[in-house]
Amino acid sequence: MNKTKKRFTEAYLGIYGLWLLAFVVAPLLLLLIQSLNVPGQGFSLANYRDFFTSGPYLAMTVNSIWYAFLITVMTLAIAYPLALCLTKLKHRQFWLLLVILPTWINLLLKTYAFIGLLGKDGLLNRALEGIGFGSSQLLFTNGAFLLVAAYIELPFMVLPIYNALLDIDPLLPAASRDLGASSWETLKKVIWPLSMPGVKTGVQTVFIPSLSLFMITRLIGGNKVITLGTAIEEHFLVTQNWSFGSTIGVVLIIAMALTMALTNDKQKKKRGGRK
Amino acid sequence: MKKLMMALLFVFLLIALILGLQWGLSVARQQPSSQKGETLTFYNWGDYIDPSILSDFSKETGYKVNYQTFDSNEAMYTKIAQGGTNYDLAVPSDYMVAKLTKAGLLAKLDKSKLTGMDHVNPQFLNQSFERGNQYSVPYFWGTLGILYNKTKVDGSKLQNWSSIWSEQYKKRLLLVDSARDILGLTLISQGKSVNDQNKADLAAAQGKLSSLMPNVKAIVGDELKLYMAQGEADLAVTYSGEAKIAMEQNKDLAYTVPKDGSNLWLDNLVIPKKAAHKKAAYALINYLNRPDVAAKNADYIGYATPNQKAYQLLPKSVKSDKAFYPEQSILDRLQVYENFNQYWTQTYNDAFLEFKLGKS
Repeated sequence: MNKTKKRFTEAYLGIYGLWLLAFVVAPLLLLLIQSLNVPGQGFSLANYRDFFTSGPYLAMTVNSIWYAFLITVMTLAIAYPLALCLTKLKHRQFWLLLVILPTWINLLLKTYAFIGLLGKDGLLNRALEGIGFGSSQLLFTNGAFLLVAAYIELPFMVLPIYNALLDIDPLLPAASRDLGASSWETLKKVIWPLSMPGVKTGVQTVFIPSLSLFMITRLIGGNKVITLGTAIEEHFLVTQNWSFGSTIGVVLIIAMALTMALTNDKQKKKRGGRK
Repeated sequence: MKKLMMALLFVFLLIALILGLQWGLSVARQQPSSQKGETLTFYNWGDYIDPSILSDFSKETGYKVNYQTFDSNEAMYTKIAQGGTNYDLAVPSDYMVAKLTKAGLLAKLDKSKLTGMDHVNPQFLNQSFERGNQYSVPYFWGTLGILYNKTKVDGSKLQNWSSIWSEQYKKRLLLVDSARDILGLTLISQGKSVNDQNKADLAAAQGKLSSLMPNVKAIVGDELKLYMAQGEADLAVTYSGEAKIAMEQNKDLAYTVPKDGSNLWLDNLVIPKKAAHKKAAYALINYLNRPDVAAKNADYIGYATPNQKAYQLLPKSVKSDKAFYPEQSILDRLQVYENFNQYWTQTYNDAFLEFKLGKS
């Protein structure tokens, strides 16, 4: 590496380091300090004690984790076969684009579109009536909430899995079949383990944001699904108890860190494969 | 590496360009004001004034108006408290006037500079949130009530708040997502005050409220009016202003204020302490208080005006609308929210949160 190149690297690292410090480390520290700084009491762990001894907040935590888990399972169940199909297609870049396309549209707009679809006189209910099922209450149900949340998170699950599947050397499944494994066995014993890094990344990128969903819980779930995201929103906007809101934020960050730790590869293997 | 540096450079250039544009715009905006008339910054709720009033005001007085909006009292409070922008006129609701006054963020009004205060109905002056109107002038008022679909619900059965507990409304009711309002109506139904600060009363209200859950279809925010207009639910607890908008979209909807009383909310004009153009702010308050202007504004917004002279100028159909200008017997039972301290705000919100968590 020559000198100018080295200087470039240093400058770049410096900028990146500053960026991290200003927009990642500092806000996290502020959040932590805020959560410990109880109004009228000074620094104390009171907020954390209140959080972990309060029935409603623990119930919300359980709710958040449970729904995030369901959303993740649903998106994984849809995304894996989808990604597998995508890799086999001829114009896969084009099809992939179609999968990513919805992420270009504002989240709020997509959610409002679902109100139109799931409403009492919505498209789905009309169709159900048309084939003789009669309309039913779709909006404000847990099912509707899961459906919309899974729809929104789907691209974030498909992409990493798709990339991981593409990284698999095509000779490996071929060899597996040569050696007498059925398609199912090949999928189970060769493709699935090799695509694991993609699955793990996908699980992280879906599970973590799902923990603190709040807008969809109100618009689609009608506040019948209450997660920690709802509580944070309320503490910052309504009661203006920023200290307690920060506490919930810190608890969520810890939960996310745990998820990362659990789903991360212990031994970082160097992956080869085609580009 | 080269590519990366180019990308970085591009990002920096873009940022520089945006900052430059912003600076240029702010200079361009300031230039005419320094030459002729001042620009006052009006911090109001979204779509809460007839836009033609602002342009007429500019034509008449030479003051330009920079109209900025907020979507919650709390958001507005934060902005005014931080003081990054010098707002000249803001429109907080009742309890927020109390909070702003307490925090010393408002300028005391010089009554000698105010005209048209005698047009204001005394009913809406000297309220508990700000006795003597030293800091605030009422802008619009309204109530909390029940919006219902005439084709599905018999309005005559909605005489008092307890009627929404009736089993016939199972899974048909929408509630506005607000702790104060929902607990408030429960307290009223038990003969208590919306400003009750008694733990036993609140616990009793919470107990009664939890039995409402089977009727509740959803607890929603601003989108409530959309759902009601679309016929998603048959009845809803919401504010008169929101009800008005839904009723314009769906003719089957009607609004009623229960006879056992309700919340009276008032939005008020105030001048923040840090206002830089107080003279212009007074001019706008006085302009908005002019009966013809206030009537025009009320006609456009559809909320009830506290200005008696303006009320007289409104079309007959509006004046006789009991849903938005209730008779005196109901007016006498309306209660204004007092500003709660942190403890009670929290207590009400926790109680409401527990209600929301309770599965039906």
